[in-house]
Amino acid sequence: MPSPEPAVSAGTLLRMDRVTVRFDQLVALEDISFAMSAGETRVVLGAAGSGKTTLLKTALGLIRPDAGRVFLFGRDITDLEERAMYEIRSQVGVLFQEGGLFDSITVAENVAYPLVNGKERVITTAKIDQRVEDALRFVELEHTLEKYPSELSGGMRRRVGIARAVVTQPPLVLYDSPTAGLDPITANTIMALIAKERDLQNTATLIVTQRYQDGQLMANFRYNRNSGHLEPISRNGDVRDHGSNLRPTTFMVMKEGRVVFEGSEAELEASTDRYIGKFVPKRA
Amino acid sequence: MLEFLKPPVEAIQDFYSLAGLALRNVFRAPHYTDDIALQMDIIGVGSLPIIVLTGFFSGVVITMQMSRALAQYGATGQVGQIVAITLVRELGPVLTALLVAGRNASGIASELGSMKVTEQIDAMRALGTDPIQKLVTPRMLATCVMLPMLTIIADFVGIFGGYVIAYFTLNLTSSQYWTNAYQALEYNDIVQGLLKPFVFAFVISLVGCFYGLRTSGGTQGVGRATTQAVVVASVWVFVITALLTRIFVNLT
Repeated sequence: MPSPEPAVSAGTLLRMDRVTVRFDQLVALEDISFAMSAGETRVVLGAAGSGKTTLLKTALGLIRPDAGRVFLFGRDITDLEERAMYEIRSQVGVLFQEGGLFDSITVAENVAYPLVNGKERVITTAKIDQRVEDALRFVELEHTLEKYPSELSGGMRRRVGIARAVVTQPPLVLYDSPTAGLDPITANTIMALIAKERDLQNTATLIVTQRYQDGQLMANFRYNRNSGHLEPISRNGDVRDHGSNLRPTTFMVMKEGRVVFEGSEAELEASTDRYIGKFVPKRA
Repeated sequence: MLEFLKPPVEAIQDFYSLAGLALRNVFRAPHYTDDIALQMDIIGVGSLPIIVLTGFFSGVVITMQMSRALAQYGATGQVGQIVAITLVRELGPVLTALLVAGRNASGIASELGSMKVTEQIDAMRALGTDPIQKLVTPRMLATCVMLPMLTIIADFVGIFGGYVIAYFTLNLTSSQYWTNAYQALEYNDIVQGLLKPFVFAFVISLVGCFYGLRTSGGTQGVGRATTQAVVVASVWVFVITALLTRIFVNLT
Protein backbone atom coordinates (compact mmCIF):
# COMPACT_ATOMS: atom_id res chain seq x y z
CA MET A 1 0.00 0.00 0.00
CA PRO A 2 1.41 3.44 -0.81
CA SER A 3 2.52 5.31 2.26
CA PRO A 4 1.24 8.86 2.39
CA GLU A 5 3.68 11.58 3.42
CA PRO A 6 3.10 12.04 7.15
CA ALA A 7 2.07 15.52 8.12
CA VAL A 8 4.55 17.43 10.24
CA SER A 9 3.08 19.50 12.98
CA ALA A 10 4.44 21.13 16.09
CA GLY A 11 2.91 18.39 18.24
CA THR A 12 4.57 15.53 16.37
CA LEU A 13 6.54 13.48 18.89
CA LEU A 14 7.72 10.63 16.73
CA ARG A 15 7.94 10.46 12.99
CA MET A 16 9.38 7.87 10.67
CA ASP A 17 9.96 8.72 7.07
CA ARG A 18 10.44 5.78 4.66
CA VAL A 19 12.53 3.83 7.15
CA THR A 20 14.21 0.61 6.07
CA VAL A 21 16.27 -1.61 8.38
CA ARG A 22 18.25 -4.64 7.26
CA PHE A 23 20.11 -7.25 9.26
CA ASP A 24 22.62 -8.64 6.78
CA GLN A 25 20.36 -10.05 4.05
CA LEU A 26 17.16 -9.99 6.09
CA VAL A 27 14.89 -7.01 5.66
CA ALA A 28 13.46 -6.26 9.12
CA LEU A 29 11.62 -3.03 8.25
CA GLU A 30 10.73 -1.88 4.79
CA ASP A 31 9.66 1.61 3.85
CA ILE A 32 7.88 2.48 7.09
CA SER A 33 6.35 5.93 7.41
CA PHE A 34 4.11 7.21 10.16
CA ALA A 35 3.81 10.09 12.60
CA MET A 36 2.62 10.23 16.18
CA SER A 37 1.42 13.39 17.82
CA ALA A 38 1.11 14.30 21.50
CA GLY A 39 -1.50 12.33 23.41
CA GLU A 40 -2.06 9.88 20.59
CA THR A 41 -2.52 6.15 21.09
CA ARG A 42 -1.17 3.83 18.44
CA VAL A 43 -1.36 0.05 18.47
CA VAL A 44 0.93 -1.96 16.21
CA LEU A 45 -0.27 -5.50 15.56
CA GLY A 46 1.81 -8.17 13.91
CA ALA A 47 2.92 -11.78 14.08
CA ALA A 48 6.22 -12.77 15.68
CA GLY A 49 9.11 -11.73 13.45
CA SER A 50 7.09 -9.09 11.60
CA GLY A 51 9.46 -6.35 12.77
CA LYS A 52 7.47 -4.91 15.68
CA THR A 53 10.33 -4.85 18.16
CA THR A 54 12.71 -3.54 15.50
CA LEU A 55 10.25 -0.73 14.80
CA LEU A 56 10.27 0.24 18.45
CA LYS A 57 14.05 0.09 18.79
CA THR A 58 14.49 2.10 15.61
CA ALA A 59 12.12 4.73 16.98
CA LEU A 60 14.41 5.05 20.02
CA GLY A 61 17.57 5.17 17.96
CA LEU A 62 18.81 1.86 19.39
CA ILE A 63 18.92 0.52 15.85
CA ARG A 64 20.04 2.80 13.04
CA PRO A 65 18.02 2.65 9.85
CA ASP A 66 19.72 1.73 6.57
CA ALA A 67 17.49 4.17 4.72
CA GLY A 68 14.95 6.83 5.69
CA ARG A 69 14.86 9.23 8.61
CA VAL A 70 13.62 9.06 12.20
CA PHE A 71 12.49 12.15 14.07
CA LEU A 72 11.99 12.23 17.84
CA PHE A 73 10.50 15.40 19.31
CA GLY A 74 11.15 17.14 16.01
CA ARG A 75 14.86 16.30 16.00
CA ASP A 76 16.38 14.14 13.33
CA ILE A 77 18.04 11.32 15.27
CA THR A 78 18.99 9.21 12.25
CA ASP A 79 22.67 10.14 12.26
CA LEU A 80 22.87 11.56 15.74
CA GLU A 81 25.84 10.58 17.88
CA GLU A 82 24.98 8.10 20.63
CA ARG A 83 25.87 10.54 23.42
CA ALA A 84 23.67 13.27 22.01
CA MET A 85 20.84 10.76 21.79
CA TYR A 86 20.72 10.16 25.56
CA GLU A 87 19.10 13.49 26.23
CA ILE A 88 16.34 12.89 23.70
CA ARG A 89 15.82 9.31 24.85
CA SER A 90 15.38 10.45 28.42
CA GLN A 91 12.07 12.00 27.34
CA VAL A 92 10.79 8.63 26.16
CA GLY A 93 9.65 5.88 28.48
CA VAL A 94 10.10 2.34 27.27
CA LEU A 95 8.99 -1.07 28.46
CA PHE A 96 10.99 -3.94 26.98
CA GLN A 97 9.50 -7.30 26.15
CA GLU A 98 10.48 -9.11 29.34
CA GLY A 99 10.67 -5.90 31.33
CA GLY A 100 14.40 -5.44 30.65
CA LEU A 101 15.06 -4.96 34.38
CA PHE A 102 18.65 -5.03 35.63
CA ASP A 103 18.86 -8.17 37.73
CA SER A 104 21.92 -7.11 39.69
CA ILE A 105 20.08 -4.28 41.48
CA THR A 106 16.88 -4.06 43.52
CA VAL A 107 13.46 -3.06 42.26
CA ALA A 108 13.79 0.38 43.86
CA GLU A 109 17.19 0.93 42.26
CA ASN A 110 15.79 -0.20 38.92
CA VAL A 111 12.98 2.32 39.07
CA ALA A 112 15.37 5.02 40.28
CA TYR A 113 17.79 4.29 37.44
CA PRO A 114 16.40 6.83 34.93
CA LEU A 115 16.38 9.49 37.66
CA VAL A 116 19.90 8.77 38.86
CA ASN A 117 21.58 8.11 35.51
CA GLY A 118 19.43 9.97 33.02
CA LYS A 119 20.03 13.46 31.77
CA GLU A 120 17.10 14.81 33.68
CA ARG A 121 18.64 14.49 37.13
CA VAL A 122 16.60 14.88 40.26
CA ILE A 123 18.95 16.38 42.78
CA THR A 124 18.10 15.09 46.22
CA THR A 125 17.93 11.47 47.30
CA ALA A 126 14.72 12.18 49.18
CA LYS A 127 13.09 13.41 45.99
CA ILE A 128 14.24 10.32 44.10
CA ASP A 129 12.92 8.02 46.82
CA GLN A 130 9.60 9.83 46.75
CA ARG A 131 9.23 9.50 42.99
CA VAL A 132 10.28 5.86 43.01
CA GLU A 133 7.68 5.15 45.64
CA ASP A 134 5.03 7.03 43.69
CA ALA A 135 5.85 5.13 40.52
CA LEU A 136 5.73 1.79 42.31
CA ARG A 137 2.49 2.72 44.05
CA PHE A 138 1.09 3.49 40.61
CA VAL A 139 1.69 -0.12 39.56
CA GLU A 140 0.63 -1.33 43.04
CA LEU A 141 4.02 -2.81 43.89
CA GLU A 142 5.17 -0.42 46.63
CA HIS A 143 5.90 -3.39 48.92
CA THR A 144 8.61 -4.82 46.64
CA LEU A 145 11.13 -1.97 46.98
CA GLU A 146 13.96 -4.08 48.38
CA LYS A 147 13.34 -7.19 46.30
CA TYR A 148 15.42 -8.29 43.33
CA PRO A 149 13.79 -8.73 39.91
CA SER A 150 14.50 -12.48 39.98
CA GLU A 151 12.21 -12.80 43.02
CA LEU A 152 9.24 -11.39 41.12
CA SER A 153 6.75 -13.11 38.84
CA GLY A 154 6.62 -12.32 35.11
CA GLY A 155 3.64 -10.00 35.51
CA MET A 156 5.21 -8.18 38.44
CA ARG A 157 8.44 -7.70 36.50
CA ARG A 158 6.41 -6.18 33.68
CA ARG A 159 4.74 -3.84 36.18
CA VAL A 160 8.10 -2.75 37.61
CA GLY A 161 9.15 -2.17 34.00
CA ILE A 162 6.18 0.13 33.55
CA ALA A 163 7.04 1.97 36.76
CA ARG A 164 10.58 2.50 35.47
CA ALA A 165 9.27 3.67 32.10
CA VAL A 166 6.95 6.29 33.57
CA VAL A 167 8.96 7.46 36.58
CA THR A 168 10.31 10.46 34.64
CA GLN A 169 6.77 11.26 33.42
CA PRO A 170 7.76 11.20 29.76
CA PRO A 171 5.36 12.58 27.13
CA LEU A 172 5.85 9.44 25.01
CA VAL A 173 5.93 5.84 26.20
CA LEU A 174 6.71 2.80 24.05
CA TYR A 175 5.56 -0.66 25.12
CA ASP A 176 7.07 -3.77 23.53
CA SER A 177 4.61 -6.69 23.74
CA PRO A 178 3.49 -5.82 27.27
CA THR A 179 1.24 -8.87 27.52
CA ALA A 180 3.36 -11.50 25.77
CA GLY A 181 3.53 -14.74 27.72
CA LEU A 182 1.12 -13.64 30.44
CA ASP A 183 -2.16 -15.22 31.49
CA PRO A 184 -5.30 -13.29 30.44
CA ILE A 185 -5.97 -11.87 33.91
CA THR A 186 -2.43 -10.55 34.39
CA ALA A 187 -2.44 -9.30 30.81
CA ASN A 188 -5.57 -7.29 31.58
CA THR A 189 -3.98 -5.82 34.69
CA ILE A 190 -1.00 -4.69 32.64
CA MET A 191 -3.18 -3.15 29.92
CA ALA A 192 -5.28 -1.39 32.54
CA LEU A 193 -2.11 0.16 33.95
CA ILE A 194 -1.05 1.32 30.50
CA ALA A 195 -4.46 2.91 29.90
CA LYS A 196 -4.32 4.50 33.35
CA GLU A 197 -0.91 6.02 32.65
CA ARG A 198 -2.15 7.31 29.31
CA ASP A 199 -5.26 8.92 30.74
CA LEU A 200 -3.76 10.35 33.92
CA GLN A 201 -0.63 11.83 32.33
CA ASN A 202 -1.99 12.24 28.82
CA THR A 203 1.02 10.41 27.43
CA ALA A 204 1.34 9.46 23.80
CA THR A 205 1.38 5.67 23.77
CA LEU A 206 2.82 3.29 21.21
CA ILE A 207 2.02 -0.34 21.90
CA VAL A 208 3.42 -3.21 19.93
CA THR A 209 1.50 -6.43 20.49
CA GLN A 210 0.25 -9.71 19.08
CA ARG A 211 -3.09 -9.55 20.90
CA TYR A 212 -5.91 -7.61 19.33
CA GLN A 213 -7.65 -7.43 22.74
CA ASP A 214 -4.86 -5.14 23.96
CA GLY A 215 -5.67 -2.68 21.20
CA GLN A 216 -9.39 -2.99 21.80
CA LEU A 217 -8.93 -2.15 25.44
CA MET A 218 -6.86 0.91 24.60
CA ALA A 219 -9.39 2.08 22.05
CA ASN A 220 -12.58 1.48 23.99
CA PHE A 221 -11.77 1.99 27.63
CA ARG A 222 -10.77 4.99 29.61
CA TYR A 223 -9.51 5.43 33.14
CA ASN A 224 -11.89 7.37 35.33
CA ARG A 225 -9.93 9.16 38.01
CA ASN A 226 -12.98 9.59 40.20
CA SER A 227 -13.93 5.94 40.43
CA GLY A 228 -10.37 4.64 39.93
CA HIS A 229 -11.54 2.12 37.36
CA LEU A 230 -11.53 1.65 33.62
CA GLU A 231 -14.81 2.53 31.99
CA PRO A 232 -16.01 1.74 28.50
CA ILE A 233 -16.38 4.57 26.03
CA SER A 234 -19.73 4.42 24.28
CA ARG A 235 -19.60 3.40 20.65
CA ASN A 236 -20.80 6.68 19.15
CA GLY A 237 -17.66 8.34 20.43
CA ASP A 238 -18.95 10.54 23.23
CA VAL A 239 -17.07 10.00 26.39
CA ARG A 240 -18.86 9.44 29.64
CA ASP A 241 -15.92 10.79 31.51
CA HIS A 242 -15.33 14.51 31.34
CA GLY A 243 -11.94 14.04 29.70
CA SER A 244 -12.00 16.04 26.51
CA ASN A 245 -8.50 15.18 25.34
CA LEU A 246 -9.39 11.64 24.32
CA ARG A 247 -8.33 10.88 20.80
CA PRO A 248 -9.21 7.86 18.70
CA THR A 249 -6.75 5.02 18.73
CA THR A 250 -4.88 4.32 15.50
CA PHE A 251 -4.12 0.75 14.50
CA MET A 252 -1.22 -0.44 12.39
CA VAL A 253 -0.74 -3.98 11.15
CA MET A 254 2.72 -5.21 10.20
CA LYS A 255 3.63 -8.15 8.04
CA GLU A 256 7.19 -9.14 7.20
CA GLY A 257 8.57 -5.68 7.90
CA ARG A 258 5.92 -3.74 6.02
CA VAL A 259 2.90 -1.83 7.23
CA VAL A 260 -0.09 -3.50 5.57
CA PHE A 261 -2.78 -1.51 7.34
CA GLU A 262 -3.11 1.84 9.08
CA GLY A 263 -6.42 3.19 10.29
CA SER A 264 -9.11 3.19 12.94
CA GLU A 265 -10.61 0.26 14.79
CA ALA A 266 -13.75 0.27 12.64
CA GLU A 267 -11.71 0.22 9.44
CA LEU A 268 -9.58 -2.58 10.83
CA GLU A 269 -12.61 -4.69 11.66
CA ALA A 270 -14.10 -4.03 8.25
CA SER A 271 -10.93 -5.21 6.50
CA THR A 272 -11.25 -8.34 4.43
CA ASP A 273 -7.53 -9.04 4.27
CA ARG A 274 -6.83 -12.62 5.36
CA TYR A 275 -3.67 -11.74 7.34
CA ILE A 276 -5.51 -9.01 9.24
CA GLY A 277 -8.40 -11.38 9.80
CA LYS A 278 -6.10 -13.64 11.81
CA PHE A 279 -5.69 -10.91 14.42
CA VAL A 280 -9.13 -9.40 14.39
CA PRO A 281 -12.07 -11.58 15.32
CA LYS A 282 -15.14 -10.58 13.33
CA ARG A 283 -17.67 -8.76 15.45
CA ALA A 284 -20.75 -10.89 15.89
CA MET B 1 35.96 -14.26 -3.74
CA LEU B 2 37.33 -12.99 -0.44
CA GLU B 3 33.87 -13.12 1.10
CA PHE B 4 35.03 -15.61 3.76
CA LEU B 5 37.43 -12.97 5.14
CA LYS B 6 34.65 -10.52 5.88
CA PRO B 7 33.44 -11.81 9.29
CA PRO B 8 36.91 -12.03 10.91
CA VAL B 9 37.94 -8.63 9.54
CA GLU B 10 34.71 -7.12 10.80
CA ALA B 11 35.21 -8.75 14.19
CA ILE B 12 38.70 -7.28 14.47
CA GLN B 13 37.39 -3.87 13.49
CA ASP B 14 34.60 -4.10 16.07
CA PHE B 15 37.09 -5.18 18.70
CA TYR B 16 39.34 -2.21 18.06
CA SER B 17 36.47 0.23 18.11
CA LEU B 18 35.28 -1.25 21.42
CA ALA B 19 38.81 -0.99 22.82
CA GLY B 20 39.06 2.60 21.59
CA LEU B 21 35.75 3.63 23.14
CA ALA B 22 36.57 1.88 26.42
CA LEU B 23 39.91 3.69 26.61
CA ARG B 24 38.41 7.05 25.69
CA ASN B 25 35.80 6.67 28.42
CA VAL B 26 38.57 6.47 31.02
CA PHE B 27 39.04 10.21 30.55
CA ARG B 28 35.37 11.10 30.20
CA ALA B 29 32.66 11.72 32.76
CA PRO B 30 30.64 10.08 34.23
CA HIS B 31 32.99 7.78 36.12
CA TYR B 32 31.35 4.80 37.75
CA THR B 33 33.72 4.38 40.69
CA ASP B 34 31.32 2.02 42.50
CA ASP B 35 31.40 -0.34 39.56
CA ILE B 36 35.20 -0.19 39.37
CA ALA B 37 35.47 -1.04 43.07
CA LEU B 38 32.97 -3.89 42.71
CA GLN B 39 34.85 -5.33 39.74
CA MET B 40 38.17 -5.02 41.57
CA ASP B 41 36.67 -7.07 44.36
CA ILE B 42 35.31 -9.72 42.00
CA ILE B 43 38.39 -9.94 39.77
CA GLY B 44 41.15 -9.25 42.28
CA VAL B 45 40.05 -10.49 45.68
CA GLY B 46 37.93 -13.23 44.15
CA SER B 47 40.88 -14.68 42.21
CA LEU B 48 43.26 -14.53 45.15
CA PRO B 49 42.80 -18.07 46.55
CA ILE B 50 43.26 -19.81 43.22
CA ILE B 51 46.22 -17.58 42.31
CA VAL B 52 47.94 -18.35 45.61
CA LEU B 53 47.37 -22.08 45.22
CA THR B 54 48.58 -22.36 41.64
CA GLY B 55 51.46 -19.95 42.27
CA PHE B 56 52.65 -22.00 45.21
CA PHE B 57 52.51 -25.30 43.39
CA SER B 58 54.13 -24.02 40.23
CA GLY B 59 57.08 -22.91 42.37
CA VAL B 60 57.14 -26.33 44.02
CA VAL B 61 57.10 -28.13 40.69
CA ILE B 62 59.75 -25.98 39.04
CA THR B 63 62.09 -26.55 41.99
CA MET B 64 61.55 -30.30 41.94
CA GLN B 65 62.07 -30.59 38.18
CA MET B 66 65.04 -28.23 38.01
CA SER B 67 66.86 -29.72 40.99
CA ARG B 68 67.19 -32.96 39.08
CA ALA B 69 68.76 -31.26 36.08
CA LEU B 70 70.96 -29.08 38.28
CA ALA B 71 72.14 -32.06 40.32
CA GLN B 72 73.99 -33.35 37.24
CA TYR B 73 76.28 -30.31 37.43
CA GLY B 74 76.32 -30.26 41.20
CA ALA B 75 74.57 -26.93 41.10
CA THR B 76 71.42 -27.56 43.15
CA GLY B 77 72.35 -24.49 45.14
CA GLN B 78 71.43 -22.34 42.15
CA VAL B 79 67.82 -23.49 42.11
CA GLY B 80 66.55 -20.23 43.62
CA GLN B 81 67.85 -18.35 40.63
CA ILE B 82 65.97 -20.53 38.16
CA VAL B 83 62.73 -20.41 40.10
CA ALA B 84 62.90 -16.64 40.47
CA ILE B 85 63.66 -15.95 36.82
CA THR B 86 61.14 -18.34 35.28
CA LEU B 87 58.39 -17.21 37.64
CA VAL B 88 58.97 -13.49 37.46
CA ARG B 89 59.65 -13.32 33.74
CA GLU B 90 57.21 -15.82 32.37
CA LEU B 91 55.24 -18.28 34.43
CA GLY B 92 53.90 -15.87 37.04
CA PRO B 93 52.35 -13.46 34.52
CA VAL B 94 51.16 -16.18 32.12
CA LEU B 95 49.69 -18.54 34.70
CA THR B 96 47.94 -15.71 36.49
CA ALA B 97 46.60 -14.34 33.21
CA LEU B 98 45.34 -17.77 32.15
CA LEU B 99 43.58 -18.30 35.45
CA VAL B 100 42.02 -14.86 35.36
CA ALA B 101 41.04 -15.44 31.73
CA GLY B 102 39.35 -18.69 32.70
CA ARG B 103 37.70 -17.17 35.71
CA ASN B 104 36.89 -13.61 34.68
CA ALA B 105 36.85 -13.43 30.89
CA SER B 106 34.19 -16.15 31.08
CA GLY B 107 32.41 -14.40 33.93
CA ILE B 108 32.37 -11.08 32.10
CA ALA B 109 31.25 -12.66 28.82
CA SER B 110 28.42 -14.60 30.43
CA GLU B 111 27.23 -11.65 32.53
CA LEU B 112 27.23 -9.19 29.63
CA GLY B 113 25.88 -11.89 27.32
CA SER B 114 22.86 -12.55 29.53
CA MET B 115 22.29 -8.82 29.83
CA LYS B 116 22.39 -8.60 26.05
CA VAL B 117 19.88 -11.38 25.41
CA THR B 118 17.46 -10.13 28.08
CA GLU B 119 17.56 -6.61 26.55
CA GLN B 120 19.22 -5.09 29.60
CA ILE B 121 21.91 -3.55 27.40
CA ASP B 122 19.21 -1.96 25.24
CA ALA B 123 17.39 -0.82 28.36
CA MET B 124 20.59 0.77 29.59
CA ARG B 125 21.01 2.70 26.36
CA ALA B 126 17.34 3.64 26.34
CA LEU B 127 17.68 5.00 29.88
CA GLY B 128 20.59 7.22 28.91
CA THR B 129 23.63 5.23 30.04
CA ASP B 130 26.49 4.26 27.78
CA PRO B 131 26.95 0.48 28.27
CA ILE B 132 30.63 0.79 27.39
CA GLN B 133 31.11 3.45 30.06
CA LYS B 134 29.07 1.60 32.64
CA LEU B 135 30.11 -2.00 31.93
CA VAL B 136 33.28 -2.24 29.82
CA THR B 137 35.48 0.55 31.17
CA PRO B 138 35.12 -0.43 34.87
CA ARG B 139 35.96 -4.06 34.07
CA MET B 140 38.95 -3.02 31.99
CA LEU B 141 40.30 -0.65 34.66
CA ALA B 142 39.73 -3.15 37.46
CA THR B 143 41.56 -5.89 35.57
CA CYS B 144 44.45 -3.55 34.69
CA VAL B 145 44.95 -2.70 38.36
CA MET B 146 44.36 -6.15 39.80
CA LEU B 147 46.18 -8.43 37.37
CA PRO B 148 49.68 -6.99 38.02
CA MET B 149 48.98 -7.18 41.75
CA LEU B 150 47.86 -10.79 41.48
CA THR B 151 50.97 -11.52 39.44
CA ILE B 152 53.21 -10.07 42.15
CA ILE B 153 51.50 -12.26 44.71
CA ALA B 154 51.77 -15.34 42.46
CA ASP B 155 55.47 -14.64 41.89
CA PHE B 156 56.19 -14.33 45.58
CA VAL B 157 54.14 -17.34 46.62
CA GLY B 158 55.78 -19.36 43.83
CA ILE B 159 59.28 -18.45 44.99
CA PHE B 160 58.19 -19.33 48.50
CA GLY B 161 56.92 -22.71 47.23
CA GLY B 162 60.33 -23.28 45.70
CA TYR B 163 61.89 -22.40 49.03
CA VAL B 164 59.82 -25.01 50.86
CA ILE B 165 61.11 -27.74 48.54
CA ALA B 166 64.66 -26.38 48.53
CA TYR B 167 64.76 -26.24 52.33
CA PHE B 168 63.09 -29.54 53.13
CA THR B 169 64.13 -31.89 50.32
CA LEU B 170 67.24 -30.28 48.80
CA ASN B 171 68.61 -29.26 52.20
CA LEU B 172 69.58 -25.75 51.15
CA THR B 173 69.79 -23.05 53.80
CA SER B 174 67.29 -20.23 53.81
CA SER B 175 69.86 -17.57 53.07
CA GLN B 176 71.39 -19.63 50.27
CA TYR B 177 68.04 -19.93 48.50
CA TRP B 178 66.74 -16.40 49.04
CA THR B 179 70.01 -14.62 48.28
CA ASN B 180 70.38 -16.64 45.12
CA ALA B 181 66.81 -15.92 44.06
CA TYR B 182 67.01 -12.23 44.92
CA GLN B 183 70.32 -11.59 43.21
CA ALA B 184 69.21 -13.31 40.01
CA LEU B 185 66.55 -10.75 39.31
CA GLU B 186 67.45 -7.71 37.25
CA TYR B 187 65.59 -4.55 36.55
CA ASN B 188 64.65 -5.91 33.12
CA ASP B 189 63.01 -9.00 34.64
CA ILE B 190 60.85 -6.94 36.95
CA VAL B 191 59.78 -4.57 34.19
CA GLN B 192 58.69 -7.32 31.83
CA GLY B 193 57.14 -9.25 34.68
CA LEU B 194 54.92 -6.28 35.44
CA LEU B 195 54.37 -5.04 31.91
CA LYS B 196 53.07 -8.38 30.70
CA PRO B 197 50.16 -8.67 33.15
CA PHE B 198 49.23 -5.08 32.37
CA VAL B 199 48.93 -5.88 28.66
CA PHE B 200 47.19 -9.19 29.37
CA ALA B 201 44.66 -7.33 31.50
CA PHE B 202 43.51 -5.27 28.52
CA VAL B 203 43.19 -8.35 26.35
CA ILE B 204 41.37 -10.48 28.92
CA SER B 205 38.84 -7.85 29.97
CA LEU B 206 38.17 -6.49 26.49
CA VAL B 207 37.85 -9.94 24.91
CA GLY B 208 35.39 -10.91 27.64
CA CYS B 209 33.36 -7.74 27.12
CA PHE B 210 33.57 -8.01 23.34
CA TYR B 211 32.13 -11.52 23.17
CA GLY B 212 29.58 -10.70 25.85
CA LEU B 213 28.25 -7.67 23.98
CA ARG B 214 28.17 -9.58 20.70
CA THR B 215 26.02 -12.36 22.12
CA SER B 216 22.98 -13.31 20.12
CA GLY B 217 20.66 -16.29 20.07
CA GLY B 218 19.35 -16.66 23.60
CA THR B 219 20.88 -18.70 26.41
CA GLN B 220 22.69 -20.96 23.96
CA GLY B 221 24.43 -17.87 22.60
CA VAL B 222 25.58 -16.97 26.12
CA GLY B 223 27.30 -20.34 26.45
CA ARG B 224 28.96 -19.91 23.08
CA ALA B 225 30.14 -16.39 23.90
CA THR B 226 31.61 -17.58 27.19
CA THR B 227 33.59 -20.38 25.58
CA GLN B 228 34.85 -18.16 22.79
CA ALA B 229 35.94 -15.48 25.25
CA VAL B 230 38.05 -17.92 27.30
CA VAL B 231 39.62 -19.59 24.27
CA VAL B 232 40.43 -16.35 22.46
CA ALA B 233 41.74 -14.62 25.60
CA SER B 234 43.98 -17.58 26.47
CA VAL B 235 45.42 -17.84 22.97
CA TRP B 236 46.18 -14.12 22.90
CA VAL B 237 47.93 -14.35 26.26
CA PHE B 238 50.40 -16.82 24.72
CA VAL B 239 50.85 -14.85 21.51
CA ILE B 240 51.48 -11.61 23.40
CA THR B 241 53.87 -13.16 25.88
CA ALA B 242 55.90 -14.55 22.97
CA LEU B 243 56.04 -11.12 21.33
CA LEU B 244 56.94 -9.29 24.53
CA THR B 245 59.53 -11.87 25.51
CA ARG B 246 61.17 -11.45 22.11
CA ILE B 247 61.41 -7.71 22.66
CA PHE B 248 62.79 -8.00 26.19
CA VAL B 249 65.27 -10.75 25.41
CA ASN B 250 66.81 -8.40 22.85
CA LEU B 251 66.97 -5.61 25.42
CA THR B 252 69.33 -7.45 27.75
